[in-house]
Amino acid sequence: MEWEVVIGLEIHAQLATRSKIFSGASTAYGAEPNTQACAVDLGLPGVLPVLNAEAVNMAIKFGLATGCTVAPRSVFARKNYFYPDLPKGYQISQYELPIVHGGEVLVELEDGSSKRVGLTRAHLEEDAGKSLHEGFEGVTGIDLNRAGTPLLEIVSEPDMRSAKEAVAYMRQIHSLVRYLGICDGNMQEGSFRCDANVSVRPKGQEEFGTRAELKNLNSFRFIERAINFEVERQIDVIESGGQVVQETRLYDADRNETRSMRTKEEANDYRYFPDPDLLPVEIVEADIERARAELPELPDAKRQRFMEQYALSDSDAGQLTASREVADYYEAVVEASAGEGKLAANWVIVELGGALNRSDLDIADSPVSAAQLGGMLKRIADNTISGKIAKDVFEAMWQGEGDADAIIEAKGLKQVTDTGAIEAMVDEAIAANPKQVEQYKAGKEKLLGFFVGQVMKASKGKANPAQVNELLKKRLSD
Amino acid sequence: MSVHDKTVAELSAGLAAGEYSSEELTRAFLQRIQGPGNELNAFVTLTEERALEAARAADRRRAASQAGPLTGVPMAHKDIFCTRDVRTSCGSRMLDNFISPYDAHVVEQLNAAGMVSLGKTNMDEFAMGSSNETSYYGPVKNPWDTQAVPGGSSGGSAAAVAARLVPASTGTDTGGSIRQPAALCGITGLKPTYGRVSRYGMIAFASSLDQAGPMARTAEDCALLLEAMAGFDQRDSTCVDQPVPRYSDALNQDLAGVKIGLPKEYFGEGLDAEVARVVDAAIEEYRKLGAEFREISLQNTALAVPAYYVIAPAECSSNLSRFDGVRFGYRCENPQDLEDLYKRSRGEGFGAEVKRRILVGTYALSAGYFDAYYLKAQKVRRLIRDDFLAAFNEVDLILGPTSPTVAFNLGERADDPVSMYLSDVYTIAVNLAGLPGISHPAGFAHGRPVGVQLIGTHFDEARLLNAAHRYQQVTDWHTRAPEAFA
Repeated sequence: MEWEVVIGLEIHAQLATRSKIFSGASTAYGAEPNTQACAVDLGLPGVLPVLNAEAVNMAIKFGLATGCTVAPRSVFARKNYFYPDLPKGYQISQYELPIVHGGEVLVELEDGSSKRVGLTRAHLEEDAGKSLHEGFEGVTGIDLNRAGTPLLEIVSEPDMRSAKEAVAYMRQIHSLVRYLGICDGNMQEGSFRCDANVSVRPKGQEEFGTRAELKNLNSFRFIERAINFEVERQIDVIESGGQVVQETRLYDADRNETRSMRTKEEANDYRYFPDPDLLPVEIVEADIERARAELPELPDAKRQRFMEQYALSDSDAGQLTASREVADYYEAVVEASAGEGKLAANWVIVELGGALNRSDLDIADSPVSAAQLGGMLKRIADNTISGKIAKDVFEAMWQGEGDADAIIEAKGLKQVTDTGAIEAMVDEAIAANPKQVEQYKAGKEKLLGFFVGQVMKASKGKANPAQVNELLKKRLSD
Repeated sequence: MSVHDKTVAELSAGLAAGEYSSEELTRAFLQRIQGPGNELNAFVTLTEERALEAARAADRRRAASQAGPLTGVPMAHKDIFCTRDVRTSCGSRMLDNFISPYDAHVVEQLNAAGMVSLGKTNMDEFAMGSSNETSYYGPVKNPWDTQAVPGGSSGGSAAAVAARLVPASTGTDTGGSIRQPAALCGITGLKPTYGRVSRYGMIAFASSLDQAGPMARTAEDCALLLEAMAGFDQRDSTCVDQPVPRYSDALNQDLAGVKIGLPKEYFGEGLDAEVARVVDAAIEEYRKLGAEFREISLQNTALAVPAYYVIAPAECSSNLSRFDGVRFGYRCENPQDLEDLYKRSRGEGFGAEVKRRILVGTYALSAGYFDAYYLKAQKVRRLIRDDFLAAFNEVDLILGPTSPTVAFNLGERADDPVSMYLSDVYTIAVNLAGLPGISHPAGFAHGRPVGVQLIGTHFDEARLLNAAHRYQQVTDWHTRAPEAFA
């Protein structure tokens, strides 16, 4: 039987506010355990939550960027359950009335096509603390620094039909929240993570299959692997005559498998009810307008602008705007190169992109700054160096040897453009290869490349390739 | 007249006139608490050293001509308010070892006014009770008759004020916890409008109903205290940013033409006939003062107790989840695992009434019951509020008995939660509607004090205090002291 996979994601994006969602404690990552937990975060008797207005503003921005409706009135509710890293015994979240609902994103897939994924809702909530099981003998450590950190939970419709689509959607949201400046997207630190609801059904069937919720997916690679594993598991269960049960499953990255955490029967009854300590969140038109005014240029608009302003192909513009960091880097390179838009695109995508990939680095950690790369492109444009020599210069910059001009100077890489010197090398190459000259003259014009190579080799790559081409053609047709 | 017979206003005047120092007053009241007051069990913690320090600071402040009207006047805090570096037990074994690292807003405000706190008063555990019998520290006794309960949950505060152990105290009122003990102990107690006083640092019972207020012998004293307690606090999102009037300036306004409604539902079945006669006499006094009475109807009154006993337990079941033995408070010995830690810490740390309400509330919020209980109760709450608002289109104030009976005997209702709950029948609706209410002494029935309750519209505390003060100008019930504590 042919099976169709149905996936919906719940993404938790940690909002980049300076203080927590209901207290004044800092949200900075990496502090000593429990040093960033104030009386409110500890859930001391008598303390009360006060909503962080910036978290609301960030949620509105997300809503505006995804075509969601911003609710004029949304309500915080308590989700009640006991856990040692949940200090109050309830999590303040939004339940029936989320802050934004009903939007969509267009996700670009690997084959270049795009797919619409609906957004059911996004709501504000507080994060819990962390339970630390390692490094303690017979006890569990509790770190409440993360308790009360603001989260935006972004819930998609079950619109994705493969693990790859799910990853593409998650990447799209990841890019968007960083564009918006509302989340740093750091997956190692848990700032961006997701749960996936996965089910399968016979192709053509309307009705959804029974779903499993996969928890603990904190990298793009894991999501794809976890979903693929889970899909196989569910198909196996059904094909061997069993039934998929509704349950929560934990993905174990080390073993690449999912394990049952709890079934529907074991699920908590969270006893949601409106939090009487907090007033409903009332959002008026002025709040929305203020958020709108603060919105940065979004990926689609930027892509269009790049195509027009820098004469880029749709594909190049798409790659350069996939993340705000890359787009910003690219524009800084263009500026430093005095307007070499196309050249900059090639270098950022191909050379820099390749180098970063090989070293597993983010663009933010690139050893070559945008100013350095732009400075080098300037030297390509003014014929000081050839594109080929530029690769050596780039490598030197990557190794931290300084700016392009200094490297060109120090290594004597300046291009030879003196016609006399090039002519001499051309003549030498022709004289040394009479057989090839004969073949060329007999019509094997492809051999021009051979001669170019010989000359470039003789010049140690420094001869201007255009000039070499031109002179060779002239001499060989003499 | 000894100092312990004086009101806050009188002590304030005496301090200003240099008749005694705050330190002298503080010593005098501490002696009363430790002497004749001891048998009442009104205090769970005495902070003698801190009190004397605060008194000396108040005296220095006065010497520097920086004293306010409350500077140097002794008082006590209900043990539900967090007090920095002092045990804050909430009447529970769960918090018997809890030393608060911070002060509640109310505590900060009264400290800033220069009041001298002598200690923390006994109360029903987590403010759940109407008799003070649910306290981990044992029941408080009514100074008028030590066989009787003082009412609850602010029973320690009420008994302490009635027995002249302190001139004033703070209390909290979720369903009548200031007004009912005030009535049963023959003192004056005000529950302000919800949002008038910050709840920050006040240990939550039912967040949408809890409100702090003053308890003292006179309406004038309540006015002085409320002026200091009230005010906007951005740490409580439900606190209303509205200026605090000078309540004490409006006390003497004429009551001529003031329209007072008598809800027929407050004078029906269940009301003790002797209590009714005392209330009728109070009505007569108000009439002489110029007030005009008319009968009104608050038709959903009978639904108030059931609605309250869904909403308050629902909120408490969640509010009390933080007491889990993990970070502070009681933890059981040798927990075997996490579940054992939770079960035994909570099972051993909470008393029976608290457990009963947590169970009721958990049930009411559970899947499948939420609509039938919690949502339905919220609808009833809206109806009750609408009843009041409609009544306030016709009248300025509403008057009735505070409690259907006088103080009952210790143990009399302890095994019958429903009859206990019904003792709050006239006070609960006021919390559900978020309105202010005051109870003042109006006489005696069966030899025990009777209180009359006045209810005002939102933020109309000034009129409540004004009416009660005028009444107290022409009557002397509020000056009566229990014989053993005169």
